[in-house]
Amino acid sequence: MEDKPGISQELQARFGEAVLAQQLTRDDVPTFWIAKDRISDVLRYLKSDVEKPFRMLYDLTAIDERVRANRQNQPESDYTLVYILRSFDRNADIRLKVPLLGESPAISSITSIWPSANWYECEVWDMFGVSFDGHPHLRRILMPPSWEGHPLRKDHPARATEMGRYELPVEKEKKGVESLQFRPEDWGMQRQSEDADFMFLNVGPQHPGTHGVFRIVLQLFGEEIIDAVPDIGYHHRGAEKMGERQSWHTYIPYTDRVDYLGGVMNNLPYVMAVEKLAGIEVPDRVKVIRIMMSELFRIISHLVFYGTYAQDLGQLSPVLYMFTDRERAFEIVEAVTGARMHPSWFRIGGVKEDLPDGWDQKMMDFVNYMYPRLKEYDSLVMQNRIFQARTKGIGQYTTEEAIEWGVTGPGLRATGCAWDYRKQRPYSGYDQFDFDIPTGSRGDCYDRAVVHVGEMRQSLRIIEQCVKEMPPGPYKANHPRTTPPLKERTMHDIETLITHFLNVSWGPVIPPGEAAATVEGTKGNNTYYLVSDGNTVSYRTRIRTPSFPHLQMIPLISRGMMIPDLLAILGSIDFVLADVDR
Amino acid sequence: MSETVLHLINVLGILIVVLSIAASLPWVERRLLGYLQDRYGPNRVGPFGVLQTVADAIKLFTKEDWIPPFADKPVFIIAPTVIMTTILTSFAVVPFSPGIGVIDLNIGLLFFLAMSSLGVYSVMLAGWSANNKYSLLGALRAAAQMLSYEVFMGLSLMGVVIISGTFNLRNIVLAQKNMWFCIPQIIGLIVFIIAALAETRRLPFDLTEAESELVAGYHIEYSGMKFGMFYIGEYVGVTLISSMIVTLFFGGWQGPFLPPIVWFIIKTFFFIGLFITLRASLPRPRFDQLMSYGWKVMLPLALLNLLVTGGIVLATGS
Repeated sequence: MEDKPGISQELQARFGEAVLAQQLTRDDVPTFWIAKDRISDVLRYLKSDVEKPFRMLYDLTAIDERVRANRQNQPESDYTLVYILRSFDRNADIRLKVPLLGESPAISSITSIWPSANWYECEVWDMFGVSFDGHPHLRRILMPPSWEGHPLRKDHPARATEMGRYELPVEKEKKGVESLQFRPEDWGMQRQSEDADFMFLNVGPQHPGTHGVFRIVLQLFGEEIIDAVPDIGYHHRGAEKMGERQSWHTYIPYTDRVDYLGGVMNNLPYVMAVEKLAGIEVPDRVKVIRIMMSELFRIISHLVFYGTYAQDLGQLSPVLYMFTDRERAFEIVEAVTGARMHPSWFRIGGVKEDLPDGWDQKMMDFVNYMYPRLKEYDSLVMQNRIFQARTKGIGQYTTEEAIEWGVTGPGLRATGCAWDYRKQRPYSGYDQFDFDIPTGSRGDCYDRAVVHVGEMRQSLRIIEQCVKEMPPGPYKANHPRTTPPLKERTMHDIETLITHFLNVSWGPVIPPGEAAATVEGTKGNNTYYLVSDGNTVSYRTRIRTPSFPHLQMIPLISRGMMIPDLLAILGSIDFVLADVDR
Repeated sequence: MSETVLHLINVLGILIVVLSIAASLPWVERRLLGYLQDRYGPNRVGPFGVLQTVADAIKLFTKEDWIPPFADKPVFIIAPTVIMTTILTSFAVVPFSPGIGVIDLNIGLLFFLAMSSLGVYSVMLAGWSANNKYSLLGALRAAAQMLSYEVFMGLSLMGVVIISGTFNLRNIVLAQKNMWFCIPQIIGLIVFIIAALAETRRLPFDLTEAESELVAGYHIEYSGMKFGMFYIGEYVGVTLISSMIVTLFFGGWQGPFLPPIVWFIIKTFFFIGLFITLRASLPRPRFDQLMSYGWKVMLPLALLNLLVTGGIVLATGS
């Protein structure tokens, strides 16, 4: 990130007055305030004209600033739009903020610059009521179409008990059902062409092939897919809104349930972001424990991917073998954390407990067991001729398309781009480990599976190194904001007792500021962007999940394919709906 | 008089045995799949779970017999009976052992092919009458798949007919006295097994119900005993195809020491087991891949087999 002053000068020189301010954040991502009428120009410039451009729209979200107390040196704003761009050439991100004023602000859409902005802008409209001029189809994307209000506004209640009695008169019910009726005209689709009537097939939200409550409407010519409209939001639980109610500490269990196959992998970006805000430096042992458990969960999640993918293609057995293996991994997770799928085990400033006796033997047994199993699965699944015929050349996209649409993780690496967040911007001490980045070359369904399988092997390598090199030391940082704090000295001096008491009862107070932390999650890059207002709760919790942009890309890669191919594509993307809808 | 009674016993006996074998097959399959997949399978009802099928049958019989209001009612009701009728009728020509068998048709083989062709109506009508988009897609696939696989299923058997010089199944078995046809007709056998798998619509050829794509395909709207007919029909179909493989290629009831009927049953169960094992291991090809595989690989292979067999028989003059 050496070129931080560089991009600042470039922007100042080119846009002068339009750059309203530069903001310092706790995460070293250069953050600029840009005037509303120039943002499109700035974005276009950063995407294509600047040297080493920022080609990916990594995230687009908003903050309701109306009741925020600590915003020194920031331009006046009611709703702030936040654009996060990523440059692969610079290996750097940039954050642009746009101040918006008024009750129902509007801004011009950037879907003409990045097609992937489509869903993000819908989400901002849905959650904050910011409208985008020139958006092709601005609609509610996560909430039901009949919802009133915009949930992430500060004046919108967070709990049903604050909302008054729920009533469902017949009229309202009818309207609700009607709003779910698919009308092709809304999406600019034709009902018939010159020589054929198209069939519109509703797949999901209850369908064995969609891996959860995901709905996709297909425009079919025979079995050929002409177009597809994904419909999400059935798994929306308001995880971001909950972040504004739960204390910094009690929010950890909610993160587990975002990518519900990823377990503690989800805790990691959250606790790292809080630690950045709080200024906590965690001990080495904590870092290695966190990496080890995260990688174990990467294997667990990839095993589910592998098995269900084969099952989507009609192979019955692999999923059962792989769930048995997963069970072995869960036994270790259980021994270490006491829970299985959602251990919520990482803490602000450390992990919950030290590792139990005999953890290393269990871990090595698993590693030694898994290598030959993976080899066996290669001959069972990857080398199967029918499997290859079903996946090779299906759902293909190039590296450029992937970057354009915000694809990260295995989906990006399958196109041949060896970009792994763990290698490029090592966090939590990943630079100390020796591992390779598996890549594909064609970016099709088969390559995505190749990358997933390769990553399992690499994760085993990392776990092996963790077991061999586990450093001694404390499992929590010795810092007043570590939650819950180490208890040794609690009964010896009053200062520690007070801190302990406050941290456990109210939860820690995190100093005002903004920070984001990203990890290479099981499904792609997962970021928690936290805004603290100096309180016991977060002012704004933004969860940037990988599955959201991945699903947005489905229509692009499934056009011209057949229905079975769509299932191969869905299986190969490796998404969970909780990760999409949050 | 006594001959009529004997006939009746013969017919009823075969019907009961075939039906009870087919009814017990779901249990056999589930246990075997369980064994292959590192799990138990049904083991709660009765010893080793053998009564599972009984429990299933009670459930299916007592379920509400629901017909969707948007379905084409008469066709919807007739469809499942067609598959049972055609497959059970086919058993009439199977020679189980020297004394057991319903009828000796001199065109037995053709009768079997004709009946299995009729079977496709069941699937098509079921998918069409349910008035559901998924079942329609399933029916479309069924029509294409079964029609094209039937072509070379018939052709693959013509080698057997050339060698044995008859369409009568009993005579075909007798013609294998010295050598089972699986040796000279190995290509015919392979083509027939693949075509037969497609006829029974089981994995890897279950595109018509393709759970992960079409949910349940052509029988998506069926429940209760109407669904049960399709379900059991599939297993009766497997039994029929297995016994046909045995009859045509593996010497039927012939074998040393044991009584003929025992040999027949052993051989048949071997192939049933093979079908179940295949289901545990293979993924499902795509619809167009299946078609091009059938027309571009299997059909030429069957024709070639026919040509070579004919040539050899002509040349040796036997």
